[in-house]
Amino acid sequence: MGIDIIIMQAFSGLSLFTILLLMALGLAIVFGLMGVINMAHGELMALGAYVTYLVALFFERNLPSLMGIYIFFAIFCAFAATFVFGYVLERSFIRFFYNRPLDTLLATWGLSLVLQQFYRSTFGAQEVSVPLASWLSGAWEPVAGIQLPLNRMFIIGLTMVVGLCVYLMLFKSRWGLRVRAVTQNRPMSAAVGINTDRVDALTFAVGSGLAGIAGSVFTMLGSTNPGTGQLYIVDSFIVVVFGGVSSLLGTALSAFAIAESQTAIEYFATGTVAKVTILLFVIVMLYFRPQGLFAPKVRGA
Amino acid sequence: MIRITRRHLMQSTAAGAAAVMMPSVLRAQPKGVDGNSVRLGILHSLTGTFAIAEASMVDAEKLAIDEINAAGGVMGHKIVPYIEDGASEAPVFAEKAKVLLRRDNVAAIIGCYSSALRKAVLPAVNQAKGLLYYPTYYEGQEIDKRCLYTSQEVTQSVIAAVTWMAKEKGKKFFLIGSNYIYPVTCNKIAKPTIAKLGGTVVGEEYVPLGHTEFSSIINKIKAANPDCIYSTVVGGSNVAFFKQLRAAGLDGSKITLLSTVVSENEIEGIGRDNAVGYYACMGYFQSIDSPINKKFVKAIKDKYGANRVVGDPMQCGYNSVYLWKNAVEKAKSFAPDDVLKASAGLEIEAPEGTVRFDKENHHVWKKVRVGRALEDGQFEIVHETADLVQPDPFPKL
Repeated sequence: MGIDIIIMQAFSGLSLFTILLLMALGLAIVFGLMGVINMAHGELMALGAYVTYLVALFFERNLPSLMGIYIFFAIFCAFAATFVFGYVLERSFIRFFYNRPLDTLLATWGLSLVLQQFYRSTFGAQEVSVPLASWLSGAWEPVAGIQLPLNRMFIIGLTMVVGLCVYLMLFKSRWGLRVRAVTQNRPMSAAVGINTDRVDALTFAVGSGLAGIAGSVFTMLGSTNPGTGQLYIVDSFIVVVFGGVSSLLGTALSAFAIAESQTAIEYFATGTVAKVTILLFVIVMLYFRPQGLFAPKVRGA
Repeated sequence: MIRITRRHLMQSTAAGAAAVMMPSVLRAQPKGVDGNSVRLGILHSLTGTFAIAEASMVDAEKLAIDEINAAGGVMGHKIVPYIEDGASEAPVFAEKAKVLLRRDNVAAIIGCYSSALRKAVLPAVNQAKGLLYYPTYYEGQEIDKRCLYTSQEVTQSVIAAVTWMAKEKGKKFFLIGSNYIYPVTCNKIAKPTIAKLGGTVVGEEYVPLGHTEFSSIINKIKAANPDCIYSTVVGGSNVAFFKQLRAAGLDGSKITLLSTVVSENEIEGIGRDNAVGYYACMGYFQSIDSPINKKFVKAIKDKYGANRVVGDPMQCGYNSVYLWKNAVEKAKSFAPDDVLKASAGLEIEAPEGTVRFDKENHHVWKKVRVGRALEDGQFEIVHETADLVQPDPFPKL
């Protein structure tokens, strides 16, 4: 195994880490902080992907000269659309299921089926093809033999920005303070005057918006079809559960651990073996640490 | 307490008499025929995962039915399609097959996509002594006495594809597929074929269905440095694979990649840019230059819009209707058993050229072609087998 392959494998690991992190961030907030098992989270990603597709179509028809930078508008629109959708969803649907985790699971699963069929009826069952800006296609070749795909480098950069934003919002803003307060002790937060309903709605909307960003970016790597969300949902849940519910740092570290072991095992064995090994490892780990790798040490409500 | 009145007695007697008479009334008409029309079942997924492929197959089958009806029908009977949605789920397919066979009493069913769906439907078809036309390429290993397979089974495409690659592009092969029966069977046939041609297999990989992360596998491909990649990755994974392969610098100009599962329909989802220069091996390509194919493609575009593309499974669905019609006319009967008998050795001119049922194994003899994807999402045909290729669902390896 040459040095070039080692470097490309290391890059693959890093890239998968950022992909898993981006995938799981939204869920970490919705599931981790709020405790809502949202089975339709993948469909929110698909919504982001379809919004990206629509923005690309719009630019292709009306502003072909700006095709190169459409992706930035697309990411913003995907965030906005899923944010609004998430907000409406929380107010009209999710909030009636708080503290009923099993019912939430079924209800959101039903919602995911409805959304999938909605995409199918609107955009057709076929996959849609989302164009890639020319400056993002191809690979950067620092030395001959080593190709680092540009779109993956873009995702690495974007995940760092998004991760930083989430960190700042949760730990440096008033909203973040309220979210953390409500997460820790809902009745007490309400007693000191925090409007917990509003916090819930906003938190859910932000989590959905992050799913939208992820969906938008993944159009560069994967397919966009009505079932796209299903491809991501399982991995997202594994990352969040493994990392420890309600710990964003845990989510990041678990994404890193899973990504590195996945790419390594995949290289030396096969994709299926990698998946099996990781699932086994997660099961064993959860047996001994049901709270996940990194459970925050705070008193629960 | 029930009082038996004269009226009650009359009613129940009448109902009883009707019930006794019903079967004989039905028996007088052959299966699926009422007056001067005949019922044909179409059973595909209009919702769910497989709707990607099957919705357009239904379109092509409806076109064939319209054409036949416009030309006077089958033995003077207009075809009435009974379309059911199997929703991409085997149990639903089984249920809908029963509905078509028992309630709607159709003369034959055209349908199914994956083998799991076909295997779910066949028990019902056999029980009702019906007939199933299966218009999708698949892995072989089956000859059901009530099923007619109208697309290529695996040996027909794989051997042609691998032989072409070894002759034209080099003898070091990397095999990659999704982890289920079709790719595994393809590679089981590809490996001895490659060995016979004096080639080597430098890697064989299977990814879980729905896998979207290919960077490690692409690095493996780079490390193994093959001349040719033979791919049987399917569905959304395939889109991810093509996109990532190209992003990693292995586009069609750098490496030969051939897939036996990519048709024009898949290219639309993969993105034309991402597929350019890669190869596919199929029985049918939209670009086949023949009057009958041009007429077929034009009819699809006229009916469903100029943007529609036609892929192999669509054309096989279309052919299935004609194969059924011709068998009925040859048998001069709508009865499934007669149609089956008449189908042995039956030959039609299809958009892909001559298609002929084998005398025994229910599969079709057909030409197989290799195409290279162009910028416009169409394939340039670079190779065509000289003769019709014999179907061999149980190959001796």
